[in-house]
Amino acid sequence: MSESSDPASLGPNVRQTAAEMATGDRTETLLQTEDLVKTFGGFTATDSVDFAIEEGELRCLIGPNGAGKSTLLKLITGTLTPTDGAVYYNGHDITDLAPNKRVDRGISMKFQVPSVYGDLTVRENARLPIQQFADGAERRQLVRESIDAAGLSGYEQVEASTLSHGQQQQLEISMAASLEPDLLLLDEPVAGLSVDERAKIAERVTRLNEDEGIAFIVIEHDTDFVGEIADKVTVLDEGDVFREGSIEEIESDPAVKRIYLGEDDGGDE
Amino acid sequence: MVAASTPSAITRLRNRLEGPNTIGNSRRFWTALALVVVALIAFPVVGGTGSQFSLFLVLGLLGLSLSLVWGYAGVLSFGQVVFFGIGAYTFGVVSINVPTPAGITGAVFAGVLAGAVVAALLGYFMFYGGVRDVYVTIITLVSTLVMLTFMAQTAGSEWTIGSAALGGFNGMPAIPLLTLGIEGVFTFQFVFNDLELFVPVLGVVNIDPFYYLSLAVLLAVYLGLRVLVNMDFGRVLVAIREDEDRTRMFGYDVERAKLVAFTIGGGLAGLSGVLYAARNVYIDPSVFQLYFATLPVVWVSVGGRKSLLGAVSATVAVEYVRLSLGGELALVVVGALLLVSILVLPGGIIPWIDDKLSDGRLDVSDVESPETPPEATEP
Repeated sequence: MSESSDPASLGPNVRQTAAEMATGDRTETLLQTEDLVKTFGGFTATDSVDFAIEEGELRCLIGPNGAGKSTLLKLITGTLTPTDGAVYYNGHDITDLAPNKRVDRGISMKFQVPSVYGDLTVRENARLPIQQFADGAERRQLVRESIDAAGLSGYEQVEASTLSHGQQQQLEISMAASLEPDLLLLDEPVAGLSVDERAKIAERVTRLNEDEGIAFIVIEHDTDFVGEIADKVTVLDEGDVFREGSIEEIESDPAVKRIYLGEDDGGDE
Repeated sequence: MVAASTPSAITRLRNRLEGPNTIGNSRRFWTALALVVVALIAFPVVGGTGSQFSLFLVLGLLGLSLSLVWGYAGVLSFGQVVFFGIGAYTFGVVSINVPTPAGITGAVFAGVLAGAVVAALLGYFMFYGGVRDVYVTIITLVSTLVMLTFMAQTAGSEWTIGSAALGGFNGMPAIPLLTLGIEGVFTFQFVFNDLELFVPVLGVVNIDPFYYLSLAVLLAVYLGLRVLVNMDFGRVLVAIREDEDRTRMFGYDVERAKLVAFTIGGGLAGLSGVLYAARNVYIDPSVFQLYFATLPVVWVSVGGRKSLLGAVSATVAVEYVRLSLGGELALVVVGALLLVSILVLPGGIIPWIDDKLSDGRLDVSDVESPETPPEATEP
């Protein structure tokens, strides 16, 4: 509704960390939420969340079950409509924008449960997002690259439902990334994966982030994985931002440990 | 130049007609289809009852409309008969009021358009109103019953549009014979067994031109839908059927795609209704009855909803069986057929046969040792 033409006037200023201010990095805010509230009946899933990430940043979102991580992601994609508050993307208010229009603007997502199309072959899966913007030889080339990037060359004619869990995760990341987004949301990309498969996903995410400049918001419980990939970690608790900082800061924070374990364990690992 | 471009034109045509969303992507399939078409062309000539069979072909269009909407877009609609009936009644009203060749030709288009427009309106409110899954089924089912109740009370003289009386349960008789063309240019009237054809050996045979019209229309619609479902748009429909939310998050306007498919399905059902009314020169509200509303779902389930070929062959086969048996027995057999297909072959008969055939083909090509086939060893 209140879409303004002046990006600078939109939303509150981004909180920069001391380190960023010291190095003088000039980065643009990519996504910002303002007092984002979502209630389901009497239950408050997110409680006036102020959250922001910058272009090309790789942010992990952690927190105990029911902290509001998935809800926050769905509010960003537009799958859920907020009860109150606003979402800004590249300086524009996208709160009332339909999910598919947000995808057009550069927000893409990998679902929590691998959501490849099980009855379709790997090639048909990979083709679907690409057919929107590429044709002929370019389309074939992009589809091939997308399948290669997922490590699925040779599996083109295989039905996606017969792939392993890890392969499906890789395929879906490929499909989400083939839209050439500016922001890619991953909901628990390594849940249930082996150490080996987890390392492959970590490498993939890092490469997409560093080489193609895609910003990420990754929900993940696995702190080793988070430590491997994240620039910065946001801890959500009871529907609001609880802490923000580097993985070391977060890991050594006794308060974070407390909310995760639900009790004071005296700092004993 | 023409000669040089011919092979590539055939290849291009085949590329459009074939794809992952249809059964029959081989030369063998096209040969078989050509044989079936030739057999259907010869059928009335060699003494088959073409008049009855044309009904099955007309209903084949109705089956195809549900296959597109349910099998491809994933929208289980019990409302195809609504668009079918509206197409039929619109054809009746327009053709009775303007019984000239151009008027009747226009009535055909009016019937198709009416089916599509009503489907678009109903679809718009459902899909953009956030109605999904089983609720779409319930709404479409209720709309057939609403139509039944409404049409059943149109017996009074106030329910007359121009010179066409809707007639309540008595229906609308005296729909003029289907005539296509424009006066003074070219017109053709579809009179039953009016065409005389000299066939060697058999002598002079009377054939029904309407049968050939319905065969041609059905074939054209089948091939047209094959192109549609293998296009980018068809692949989006399949993706929506498989996972609506995932498809939306790839940037697709899911509601619009479903609306377009539903509207096309409505137009096809309307076309089926037009031909149904034209064939019987009569239409009554029984087409909105629950029994008739469930038939398309039975045909498409039995044949294989995700297959156009399955939908059209099962429509013809089930209707043949149903009308041959007649009465209560037909009800029992159709019900049993539905149950058995859901329990034993949930994917439908035609996809199952296709699976078996392609397994067979794989076996043949996988065998590398030059073993003698078992048939050859038998005395």
